[in-house]
Amino acid sequence: MAGPANEVDGLGRCQGGKGLEFLQPTSLTEALELKAAHPGAVPLAGGTDLMVDLNFDRLRPEAMLDLTRIDELKQWWPHDDLIRLGAGVSYTRLVSEIGEYLPGLAIASRTIGSPQIRNRATVGGNLGTSSPAGDALPPLLAAGAEIEVASAGSSRRMPFRDFMIGPKKNALAPEELIVAVHIPKARGPQQFSKIGTRNAMVISVASFALAIDAGTRAISCAIGSAGPVILEAPEADEFIESSLEESGAWDARSRIDNSVLQRFGELVAQGARPITDVRGTKAYRQHALAVIAARTLTWAWDDYMASA
Amino acid sequence: MRAPTIQKRTEQRGGVGESVQRPDGVPKTKGEFAYSSDLWAENMLWGATTRSPHPRARIVSIDTREALATPRVRTVLTHEDVPGRKSYGMEVPDQPVLAWDDVRYQGEAVALVAADHPEAARRAAGRVKIEYEVLEPLVDPETALADGAPALHPSGNVIRHIRIRHGDQEASAEVVVKGDYQVGMQDQAFLGPESGLAIPDGEGGIDLYVSTQWLHIDLDQLAASLDLPPSKVRITLAGVGGAFGAREDLSIQIHCCLLALETGRPVKMMYGREESFFGHVHRHPARLHYEHGAMRDGRLVYVKARIVLDGGAYASSSTAVCANAACFSCGPYNVPNATIDAYAVYTDNPPCGAMRGFGAVQTCFAYESQMDRLAKALDIDPVELRRLNAMDTGATMITGQEVEGPAPVAELLKRVRNAPLPPDGDAMDIRTLPGGVSNTTHGEGVKRGVGYALGFKNIGYSEGFDDFSTARVRLSVVAGEPQVEVHSAASEVGQGVVTVQMQIARTELGVQQVVVLPADTSIGSSGSSSASRQTWMTGGAVKNACEAVRARLLQRAAQRLGKRHGKLTLDGANIVSAGSGSVASISDIVGDDPIEETKEYHHRKTFPLDPRTGQGNAHVAFAFAAHRAVVDVDLDLGLVRVVEMATAQDVGKALNPQAVEGQIEGGIAQGLGLALMEEIQISQGRILNPSFTDYLIPTILDMPPVRADVLELGDPHAPYGLKGVGEPPTISSTPAIVAALRDATGRPLTRVPVRPDDIVGLDGQSG
Ligand SMILES: Cc1cc2nc3c(=O)[nH]c(=O)nc-3n(C[C@H](O)[C@H](O)[C@H](O)COP(=O)(O)OP(=O)(O)OC[C@H]3O[C@@H](n4cnc5c(N)ncnc54)[C@H](O)[C@@H]3O)c2cc1C
Repeated sequence: MAGPANEVDGLGRCQGGKGLEFLQPTSLTEALELKAAHPGAVPLAGGTDLMVDLNFDRLRPEAMLDLTRIDELKQWWPHDDLIRLGAGVSYTRLVSEIGEYLPGLAIASRTIGSPQIRNRATVGGNLGTSSPAGDALPPLLAAGAEIEVASAGSSRRMPFRDFMIGPKKNALAPEELIVAVHIPKARGPQQFSKIGTRNAMVISVASFALAIDAGTRAISCAIGSAGPVILEAPEADEFIESSLEESGAWDARSRIDNSVLQRFGELVAQGARPITDVRGTKAYRQHALAVIAARTLTWAWDDYMASA
Repeated sequence: MRAPTIQKRTEQRGGVGESVQRPDGVPKTKGEFAYSSDLWAENMLWGATTRSPHPRARIVSIDTREALATPRVRTVLTHEDVPGRKSYGMEVPDQPVLAWDDVRYQGEAVALVAADHPEAARRAAGRVKIEYEVLEPLVDPETALADGAPALHPSGNVIRHIRIRHGDQEASAEVVVKGDYQVGMQDQAFLGPESGLAIPDGEGGIDLYVSTQWLHIDLDQLAASLDLPPSKVRITLAGVGGAFGAREDLSIQIHCCLLALETGRPVKMMYGREESFFGHVHRHPARLHYEHGAMRDGRLVYVKARIVLDGGAYASSSTAVCANAACFSCGPYNVPNATIDAYAVYTDNPPCGAMRGFGAVQTCFAYESQMDRLAKALDIDPVELRRLNAMDTGATMITGQEVEGPAPVAELLKRVRNAPLPPDGDAMDIRTLPGGVSNTTHGEGVKRGVGYALGFKNIGYSEGFDDFSTARVRLSVVAGEPQVEVHSAASEVGQGVVTVQMQIARTELGVQQVVVLPADTSIGSSGSSSASRQTWMTGGAVKNACEAVRARLLQRAAQRLGKRHGKLTLDGANIVSAGSGSVASISDIVGDDPIEETKEYHHRKTFPLDPRTGQGNAHVAFAFAAHRAVVDVDLDLGLVRVVEMATAQDVGKALNPQAVEGQIEGGIAQGLGLALMEEIQISQGRILNPSFTDYLIPTILDMPPVRADVLELGDPHAPYGLKGVGEPPTISSTPAIVAALRDATGRPLTRVPVRPDDIVGLDGQSG
């Protein structure tokens, strides 16, 4: 007797007769070929987002592409003024091995999840998920990072702002994988701060990253969890750059006036587009952003002043 | 006769008063503990539940055909397949086993599926087609209470109203403070979601292995709904993670048995964490209006309170929670005049019932907030105001009951007051600052606050309930050594009742080797592992049974040895007489004829509350605790770091000091959760955060060191003088933390959990 058409596979998932395929490439080339052949295959890095989605039954992939055996994705190296960070480097390694080059991203990495999560989770996975609450993302935007993606036979690089295009939406084509992130080595102090109602292991209610380029005398900010994507705050950037220029603070390495800090905070808050949800209110997010923007700027500027 | 084998008098180990390690501690920590969700049987099926997506709707039709046609599905059941009583409930059987006409909360069970594989079962559960006529849910308890509100149950919307009229109802005071307070819905968030395995015996009966708090109340409800004589239903406790009240009501029990009896195969059911949020009751959210009247010198004259508890869709234990809220509504203070109305109300919100602290938590937050408000109005130190009004032995409760036994309220307060204060936070280590690793402050905006609170609650069941436990103790000789076997139906829910039973048997019978058998229904009831009662009650039963075994042992020894030794007693594992010293060992006397006794322990009789006045000796005993919280608050961001909790608690006698410490720390963690983060958020009857992604519980970086001062004052009516320990740590820790936040911020903070918005002042609250 023939079995029912809609069989349940070994994992118990009904897939119109097909089981879930688990693909385990050992090189990037092989992975890209598999991705071309199975554009629906869902890449698996640390699994700290993906396995949650599977458990909640939000996702029933026909195939999974396990990237954890691909050494190329787990490498990082400096080139020119940049760090090329493989998509599969864990936060734990990022903090211990590259923290000095990428201080903003390292601070953010320390705030992510718990030690267990940081041992598994990757920046590539944070980019793959493209959540507005992804904590690695504001430092990438503030530092001017570029995302390297590839498909079988081709690769391209794009600035972060072109990569993330909506909440949990990015510019990755079905046959592409995230390969690496190119992040300029810090050219000045960087900071990151995130708000959560618990003192560890908490999803951002709002977050803020800031990078100072002491060479070009530029300051750039990025706002997380307060809009559909990670947001820039160009008004705030321009305001603080010109205030510092006008007051001669870059050369004098002098303190920033409280009124300037406050105005900077206000402009950051104005640049946010938060909503009220189960994690926090719109008003609080805006309020908190103003506070952490002013504080992180103070901390970063203290470092700048001390770096004479 | 053989020569007596006198044992060397070795020091008894692992008896009462020692910190004996729990057998489940290390396995749970290492992930090796066998939870009820790890159960497995040859040939078993998996059950899944179809639940209502609507908080309130009328069921128009249920079509199970598509679900039944799903591959590997063995059966699909609805209310029509419930052979016996179609509803259940511990106090009021008002909750459908499977809904038939109406659904009254989001997540109510409507149909069941059994399949060869869990995924197939879940899929098929999603294919049960239920047509609903969706109705507007009634979600506001005040609206539900109001005249003319549509009745959600035939009995109306009031599950219970407790009215206390104590003393002079016209009493007037020199200083009056009023306040309105709110408590959000807390979840027990226990380890190990609901799960179990039902195995049909092939003769119409069933064996159920399940994680639960009270085997015999499950048995009664199962037998009624399965339409089986109780002898055909056997329940064995399976590995429990935690309970905290959430396993008092049934979850999978009837469902799993129905599926197993229908299919004739073992059936396993297991909720995931998300389903668990819909699968058990929660702590009652409360709105409390209080008025305190006092003389200028601080002495309380009267308390008036109106307490509304949202019971949600079904009664669960709301009637008892309501009584507790009312009885303990004024705190451990001398209150000569009281006017209290407490209501538990039906709504279309998730059903609420038992949770650690059981009604005393909600009111403690309100009355302790009022005490601080009163202190401010009187310009008296809040600790001094509490001391001035503190209850002591012989005090009269607002129910007219005299407080017997130790009631060291002022002493507990003094101890936490005098405990040294913790040093300032370390600005170099952000983990010690509010916001923790999230890097929100390096000291900016941080202010310290200190707050105090007192709390109390009943131990054991109240209002005339004949509360008892049963234990069987068997003394035998195994491989030449004496061994004690202890059997009871007491649920080990992580509190350590297995260890305590061992300790008592060792102390009472002098035998090192003690085996505690699995808890099941082949023995009489032990009552529930709740109300801080199980060590007292089952401990009492084990002690009684041990004493009976000992009496028989000595009797037998006297018969064997004749009269020549005079009066015999047990010393360690030896039988001794005053004149001759050791005359025989236990093994000599027991030989191959084991001694076995089954005994019950009943606590002293209690009485109902008068329905008009709420007066009556309703409670058997009370437990008291004091807390001091030290917090650091980021005033600009509204983030909090609790720096230290100091507590003093009278436990009567610490049978297992390490377990007492565990209860105190765990209870404080749960109280901290309610103060700062734990809330099931509900909108229009729907749960917005049914997972640990957004239902936050404290982590190790949120939980401060605890400085615990444990008093052992001995209750004359309790075995070993012990008092229950489990609940007091949860009751007054919450208001102590909020008092500390008020101290730091100057804001009223009338609602828990306190949100960052409240601290920052974004919610319209002003300081
Ligand atoms: C308990 C817990 C706490 C957490 N705390 C935080 C937190 O504080 N902050 C935070 O930002 N996040 C947090 N997360 C979410 C998660 O850890 C992060 O987003 C993490 O960076 C994901 O990385 P991963 O390697 O585990 O990704 P995975 O789960 O393996 O993948 C995530 C997504 O990216 C895709 N993907 C992965 N690699 C690639 C690739 N090379 N190319 C294309 N697509 C790819 C996957 O298909 C998937 O869609 C937490 C998660 C958990 C379970």
